[in-house]
Parts: sequence; C-alpha cells; structure tokens
Amino acid sequence: MTGTALLFLILGLGLVGWIFGRARGAAFVRAAKGGPRGRVNSLPSYHGWFVAVCAVIPAAFFLFIWQSVSPALVTNMVLSAPASTDLPQEAFARAAVLSEARAIAQGFQSSAFQPQSEALVPLYREALDYYKWLGVAGSLLLLFAGAAYAFTRLKPDFRARNKVERLVMGALLLASLVAILTTVGIFASLIFESWRFFSMVSPFEFLFGTNWNPKNVITAGADNGYGAVPLFWGTIFIGAIIAMIVAIPLGLMSAIFLTQYASPKVRSWVKPILEILAGVPTVVYGYFAALTIAPAVRDFAVMLGVSNAASDNALAAGLVMGIMIIPLVSSMSDDSIAAVPNAMRDGSLAMGATKSETIKNVLLPAALPGVVGGILLAVSRAIGETMIVVMAAGYTANLTANPFDTITTVTVQIVALLTGDQDFGSPHTLAAFALGLVLFITTFFLNYVALRFVKKYREAYE
Amino acid sequence: MNSPLSNPNPTDWNGQHMQKRIARRYAAERRFKAMGFIAVFLSIAFLAFLLFTMLGQGVRGFQRTEVALDLDFPTLTSGTSAASITGPNADAALSSLDLPGLVDLAATQQHGAEGSALFTSAAAANVRAMLTDDPELITSRQRLWLPAASDIDNAYKRDGSPATEKIVSDLAAKNLLQTGFNWTFLSGADATDPSVVGIWAAFKGSLMTMAITLILAFPVGVFAALYLEEYATKNRLTDLIEVSINNLAAVPSIIFGLLGLAVFLSIFGMPRSSALVGGLTLALMTMPVIVIAGRNAVKSVPPSIREAALGVGASPIQVVFHHVLPLALPGILTGTIIGMARALGETAPLLMIGMRAFIPAAPQGFTDAATALPVQIYLWSDEVNQGFVEKTSAAIIVLLIFLLGMNALAIYLRNRFETRW
Repeated sequence: MTGTALLFLILGLGLVGWIFGRARGAAFVRAAKGGPRGRVNSLPSYHGWFVAVCAVIPAAFFLFIWQSVSPALVTNMVLSAPASTDLPQEAFARAAVLSEARAIAQGFQSSAFQPQSEALVPLYREALDYYKWLGVAGSLLLLFAGAAYAFTRLKPDFRARNKVERLVMGALLLASLVAILTTVGIFASLIFESWRFFSMVSPFEFLFGTNWNPKNVITAGADNGYGAVPLFWGTIFIGAIIAMIVAIPLGLMSAIFLTQYASPKVRSWVKPILEILAGVPTVVYGYFAALTIAPAVRDFAVMLGVSNAASDNALAAGLVMGIMIIPLVSSMSDDSIAAVPNAMRDGSLAMGATKSETIKNVLLPAALPGVVGGILLAVSRAIGETMIVVMAAGYTANLTANPFDTITTVTVQIVALLTGDQDFGSPHTLAAFALGLVLFITTFFLNYVALRFVKKYREAYE
Repeated sequence: MNSPLSNPNPTDWNGQHMQKRIARRYAAERRFKAMGFIAVFLSIAFLAFLLFTMLGQGVRGFQRTEVALDLDFPTLTSGTSAASITGPNADAALSSLDLPGLVDLAATQQHGAEGSALFTSAAAANVRAMLTDDPELITSRQRLWLPAASDIDNAYKRDGSPATEKIVSDLAAKNLLQTGFNWTFLSGADATDPSVVGIWAAFKGSLMTMAITLILAFPVGVFAALYLEEYATKNRLTDLIEVSINNLAAVPSIIFGLLGLAVFLSIFGMPRSSALVGGLTLALMTMPVIVIAGRNAVKSVPPSIREAALGVGASPIQVVFHHVLPLALPGILTGTIIGMARALGETAPLLMIGMRAFIPAAPQGFTDAATALPVQIYLWSDEVNQGFVEKTSAAIIVLLIFLLGMNALAIYLRNRFETRW
C-alpha cells in the first residue's frame, strides 16, 4: 500500500466518521425535541466535522512524519543485518550500492549493476515491508483512537461548533503563515548556500571582479574566476537600459493615448489586446527573439558595417523584453494618470492650454511618482526575467556596451550553472545561489522603493 | 497708471505673429497625438507579428507528409488470418510478424534501395496500429499512407537539399505523396526524430503539475486572504505577512526554482524533475497572486452582508464561510485562473528543479520524471533540425490556445458574475 492510497483510505474513513458523528448529532436533536433535555448546543454537521477532524488530522500527520522518517529507518535496519558488514567503507560507493538495492526492492529497476546490491535486495524488501506495515498500522490506530475519543465526547451540550471553529481559525492563520515561511525559506536557502560559496570564493572577488569563468574546481593560476561584474553589467544593459528604451516611451505613450485621446470604444478594445502581450509566456518571447528578431538585428548590424555582430546579440533580447514590459509600464502609468484630480486638468484646459500641453505640463508632473514607481517595478521584472535572455542572449561574460555583441546576464548564468550535474560541494553550483541572492536583494529593494513611491503619491491626492 | 493691466497695446490675437504661434501649438498637439497612436499601433503590430509568425510556422507542425506504401499482406505474412491477430494474443502475434522488416522489404521493393529511408522510424508502429484497429487489412493487398521521414517532410513542405527535393518531386509526380493531419503530434512524446515527436507527454506533465499547484495554492491562498481581510488584527505579525505576500508576488520566478532545488530536492530529497516538486514550486509562486486577488474580492463584499449575518446570530466563521466567501468566489476564481495561467506558461523554475530531462513517455504518477509544455518548447527550440522548428511553433500554438482560453474564461467569469454593490 503506497502513501497516496493510505492517504485516501484515511480520508475515506474520515468521511465515515463524519457520517456517524452527524447521525449522532441528529439523534441528539430528535431526542431534544420530544424530551426534557433542553437545546442541543451545535448543529449535527458540527458533530460530524468534529469526529472527522479528530480522526483524520493525527493520522495524516503521523503518515507525513512516517513518510519522511521511514527511509532512514529502513536503511538502518538493512545496515544492522549481518549481510551488510562487507559493504564498502567509502561513503559514496556504499550509498550507490544501497540505493541500487532499494530501487530493485521497490521494483523501479529490474537488475543490479553491482554484485553487492543483489545480496541486499531481500533484506531491503523485508525492511520496506516491515516499516510499511508499521506505518499503516500506526496511522490506522491513531485514526481509530482519534475517532473513538471524539465520539465519546459527543453529547447534546457538547460545544462542537466552537471546537471546530477554533480549528478552522487555526487553519486560516496557518495558511497566512505559509507566505512568511516561503520568504524565510527563500532567504535562508539563498543565504546558506551563498555562505558556503563565499567560504570558497571571496565576496570581494565575486562583487567586484571582472573575470567570470566558473569551473568546478578552483585551481590556482588557471583561468577561473567568479567576478560577477560582467553579469551585473549585462543584466543592467539588457534589462534596465535596452528594454526600458523600448518600454518606457511605448508604454507611457500608449497609456496617454488610451486615457486622453482614444474614445471609450477604442479603449475597451485596445486595452485587453495590450494585456495579451503580458499574458504571452516568456518562453514564447524567447523563441521569437532567438528565431526571428536576432537574425534580423544581426543583418541590420552587418548592413550598418558592424563586423563582429553576434547572432545572440544583446539588442534582440532587450528589444523583445522591452515589448514584454510595455503592458506593465502602460497600466501603471494609466493608473497614476487617472488618479490625478480632474480639477487640475480642467484648470489647465480652461487657461487655454492644448491637450498635449496639459498632459506634458500638468498631468505628467503630477503623475510622475506613480510613473516612476511603475518603471522601477518594470526594471525589477526585467532583470529577473529568465527565458528571453536564456534563449536569445549569450552565455559569454562580456563587459561591453555594444548592443550587437553577445552579452550574458545573472539569470542566464544561474540556469547555465545549474544545468547538468549539480554538486552542492563545488563553487560551480553554489555560485548560482550567490547570484540568486544578489538578484533577490536587488528586486526586493526595487519593489520596496517602487511601492513606497506609488503609495506616497496616492495618499497625496486622496 | 502704469500697471500691466492697462497695457495700451493689448495682444493682437489675429495678428500674424499670434496666428503662427497658435498654428505651431496645434501642430505640436497633432504630433503628440500621432506619437501616442504610433505607440499603440507598434505594440499591437508586434503582437500581431508574433502571433502570425508562430501561426505560419506552427500550422506545418500539425501536418505531416505521407508516402504511399503498398503492402501485400497475404504474401508478406504468408497468409496470416485476421482472427490470429485479434484476441488476447494479438500483441504477441503482431510482434512475431516482424512488421519493421516487412515495411523495410516493401519500401525497398517499391522505392528503390534507399526506400526505407523515406519513412519515419515509427512507420512499422503505424502499420501495427492500423492492423490493431482493423485486422481485416491483413487479408488483402493494401495501399497504406505512412508518415514520411523528417527530411522528406521538410523538402515537401518547404525546401530541402537538392537530393531530397528530387526524390520528393519524383514521388509527387507519381502521386505517392499526400499531406495528412499529424495525430502523432498530439498523442506522442519527445523523441530524437522530429517526425515522431508529440506533445502529449509534456502536456500531461503540465496538467499534473497544474493539478498539484491548484490543490495546494487555492486553499492556502483563499484561507490566507480570508484571514487577512476578515480576522487579522493589526499587529506586527499581520504586517509581516502582508510584506511577505507583496514581496513574493514580485520575486523573479527563477528564485522560486532555486528554493525548490535547495529545499524540496536537497533537504527533503523529493524525486527530481517530478510533477510533484514542480507543482509545489509553482504553488508557492501562485499563492501570493491568489491571496492578492482574493483579498480584493473579499474587500468588495459590502459590510452590510456581514452585519446582517451577525445580527441573526451567525458566528464569525459562519459569516465568512456561509456569506462572504460565496459572494467573493467569482472574484477569487478570476484571480486563481489568471495565476494558474501564469504558472502554466512558467519555465524558469521548472528548469531549476530538473524538469528539462528527455522524457520519451508520458509520466504515470506524480513522482515520475516529467516535463512541462513550456519546458518542452524550450528544449525543442535548441534542436538544430529543421523539423523541430515547426514542431516548436506548433507546441507554442497549443500553449497559447490554452492560455488565451484560460484568460478568456477569467474575463467571462468576471463579467458574468461580478456584482456591483
């Protein structure tokens, strides 16, 4: 019996508990109607829920713990058997034999590559069986114990509703805590792996070095370096410069046109179409940039007389990324322009200013904090964007301002470093987490500043 | 009296100088409006260009070139009867016929020494499927249309090398080529030969990942939204939760991939590249989106509803679960669908947790190695073979249809069920 099947069994038995509890509650109500026993405290279904929850939660919790603990127990049982004394002492070879024997015992693999694991298969089978049935027995025992306990507590004046509601309240709070847990998880894992990385590579070299050439093993004198400055530059060049040169004018002008000039009918059509741009998956943009835009840009560069134009040039990735960002800039500017009080606009128009003069001299200055906030959010989105640059930009670290040259970014290198074999003991894999930490802190900072900008400005006019 | 108000020379509005100035200002106005129009036009033009490029290339991915092959079954199989390849032993009987050998033999006889190279590597499997569908075929001589090999397919659809072009024109002249719908593309899995690849395995992986994401992110997101809007008192914990959620909604998706790698794979030792881990990772990413949408939906339910329910004696939990939640549900669902659409198109976090493996068969369980549709697109986009270009675009079309469908559903739900109080 697998864990999933057991979980469904537990849930099914919980349903049975619910039905019995509810029936009991209904019986109380019937008895109270005719007899002298007074009102029943809770509705029948709350009795049902009380029994179901008392039965399922401890059992499911036990099952969860058991699933994570039992593999270690199984291995211990196998290792304590006399047949496993002649296992290789070296940790890696030992683990290989053990995992192969386990795979065969579980039926994932049919034959052994290592002769030693063959002998361990029956041992593993026995241990797996033993602990599996122990787990099944344990969770079912808990289930029945919980149900029996709950059932004996059911009485007409039992406050089942209050108990169930307190549990629901706990579940609601727990659900909100998941967000904190995730943030802490991200931060802790990034910090922990980065700390291991910085114990091998000095933070100074990482943050200020210009030689990016990651290798699995650091050898003195060889050409290996973890200087991330070219990556930071590439990220800024593509995400914060080229993409913004495209996105800011197009997004801002679209927002102005749609809010100030277009008729409501045009607006109701064009706005959703622009939103589609934001809904297209980034992998599609990346494919489009690599297949269609990049060759066109290279041809254009050759026409201009740039001889070293690369096919994975920075310009193509930046252009497409800018187009992806347009709806974000546009909707943020739209919101902030719409939030400017009409009195300001009307005042300017009444003085005889044309529409464009009103927009340029009154609306935009008033909406500027909101627009800047939107642009900061857009930059944060662009520098964290992965697929477009992975597919269209290059893998070579390059400290250049030539948009036709190949250039790499932080996200591209994270993907490149984690592709293939991952070894959490080598700087090669850990460097990805250090880059991730830099990215996380940068985007966090940008988002924080952007939200402050937007919030402050909204308060000014409300 | 020298105040400026009594200027003896008032502005001559009709004078030449002022008229010129006004004309200049109006011209600036027109230029500004035109710039706005051009910005909108360029954005839409780019979207149209992207969609048409994908459509133009992708349509060919749904088509395949088929080459005729006459199979004289009675001679080839020395008179095997239809009855012998039906029933419980059909599989073994079909395997014993050595269909790959028969197809090769027939192809060499009819199309010359290089004949079997005309057909896809899965030609025999196709014949087998046809025989399973209709065992009567084996009793007579049949002309079967079998999918062509990738280079023939390319040459027929657009252009190939001069040698293959010649083969194709020869075959076309003899009416031995036709274009059919590529069913394999919808039912197959990844392969090294572009003529036999399909998206079903990746699509199923995506569905399983999405199922896990929905099961986890929806209840947690809705519960968190209800707690924060309805019950949370203003204190430091609540502030911390709000800051976390707003921050998580803007964290780059690749960071979630790093989290999945470091926590789910390294610490918990969950199976690599499985739909389970992919779903968990995407659930963490989708949850804040659902919380934010859910809070807005809950906030828009008017207080009078809550007060009325409290007034007739409902408990705070009953108020929320019996009255507020049902009224907020359309808004929550809209946000959930949009969040799920974003998760469906997400690629980067899945690459981090190893869902980029070569998956030649659809995953059977949540812990099997799987891939997802956007990752499959990414993997195919790296292939140099021309046949993969159209398959990539075709897969993109399928993905876009699903995403646009989900977004349209969200908009429909919003318009249909949203109540204005």
